[in-house]
Amino acid sequence: MAQLTLPKHSKVREGHNHPSSPGMKRPRTFTVYRFDPDSKENPRRDRFTIDLDECGPMVLDALIKIKGDIDSTLTFRRSCREGICGSCAMNIDGRNTLACISAIDDIEGDISVHPLPHLPVIKDLVPDLNHFYAQYASTKPWLRSQTPPPPGRERRQSIEDREKLDGLYECILCACCSTSCPSYWWNGDRYLGPASLLQSYRWLVDSRDEETGERLDDLEDSFRLYRCHTIMNCATVCPKGLNPAKAIAEIKKMMIKRSL
Amino acid sequence: MKDFKSPLSRARGLGSARSGTSHWWSQRISAIALIPLGLWLCLSLVMIASYDHAQAVEWIRSPINGIGLTLAIIALFYHASLGLQTIAEDYLSAEWLKIGAIIVIRLSAIALSATAVFSVLRIALGE
Repeated sequence: MAQLTLPKHSKVREGHNHPSSPGMKRPRTFTVYRFDPDSKENPRRDRFTIDLDECGPMVLDALIKIKGDIDSTLTFRRSCREGICGSCAMNIDGRNTLACISAIDDIEGDISVHPLPHLPVIKDLVPDLNHFYAQYASTKPWLRSQTPPPPGRERRQSIEDREKLDGLYECILCACCSTSCPSYWWNGDRYLGPASLLQSYRWLVDSRDEETGERLDDLEDSFRLYRCHTIMNCATVCPKGLNPAKAIAEIKKMMIKRSL
Repeated sequence: MKDFKSPLSRARGLGSARSGTSHWWSQRISAIALIPLGLWLCLSLVMIASYDHAQAVEWIRSPINGIGLTLAIIALFYHASLGLQTIAEDYLSAEWLKIGAIIVIRLSAIALSATAVFSVLRIALGE
């Protein structure tokens, strides 16, 4: 049956306001999505005003300051604070990115912070990434080879073949791309999404891998691969500057190449 | 009902359908065909607009125009049915609705293109 009403907890209401205090030299306001699964209440947008003179330059610094000084219940993932772990992926100022490498000064006006779109929210800015990781795991993202490695040494690869992995291996699986993709929003249960497909391509072009055909067999599917309609949001938002859309186009070219 | 499936089991689902490339490829091929055919059809329709009935019939009876019209109709309906199926797969999440829509799209495309081709042939080959 078609669902005509929004699911429970969809409507976001205005939340608490933590205004600036008189001593602030450079006040800046952050609007942060809050959801507590235990309270049975709808999500809300809390407003926090902090002094940028007492805060680091990045959005993550601001979130850490809010959690430390104003509301310790604010929940978000973070680890490396330098754009290499992918933990602090969230939607900032309407765009998926990593909070740790988003400069506050690059954003105009109040800064809205939401969890990654179209994923179940566990709490506040923490989305449920189980399905996203399971999809990645389902592509068997490791070297698959019949030939045993040469005894006592690594599998050799030419400089040119190694260069084919540039622009692919740097992916940190932050999920910014997949959760910015409308096709992944509507059909994420079956469509693998840009992140998993970029990694699939990373193994498809690896000269040391021997299961290219099996990998293509697994992707040969109207939903797993062909839900990509080159919307290109993935390439626009990738905080590492990668281009998953191009990788997906290359996979489609491989599909055509083996069928013609 | 609580679902005890593992995330991996859910992600793998029913497995790969081992099809999809031919649908995608046919969509590109028919799009390429529609570049010249569509352009020709638009220009012709502008030209025919000033014709009277006898002149229009005479135009369709010319072999080049008859073949062009037939090809344009086939390419157009084929491309449309592939594209509409993609839209149904994208936006209809209820299984029965999606399958029903695909059946309607396929059958309508066949019925409409057959009717259009028959109409052209009747004029082009008729007495």
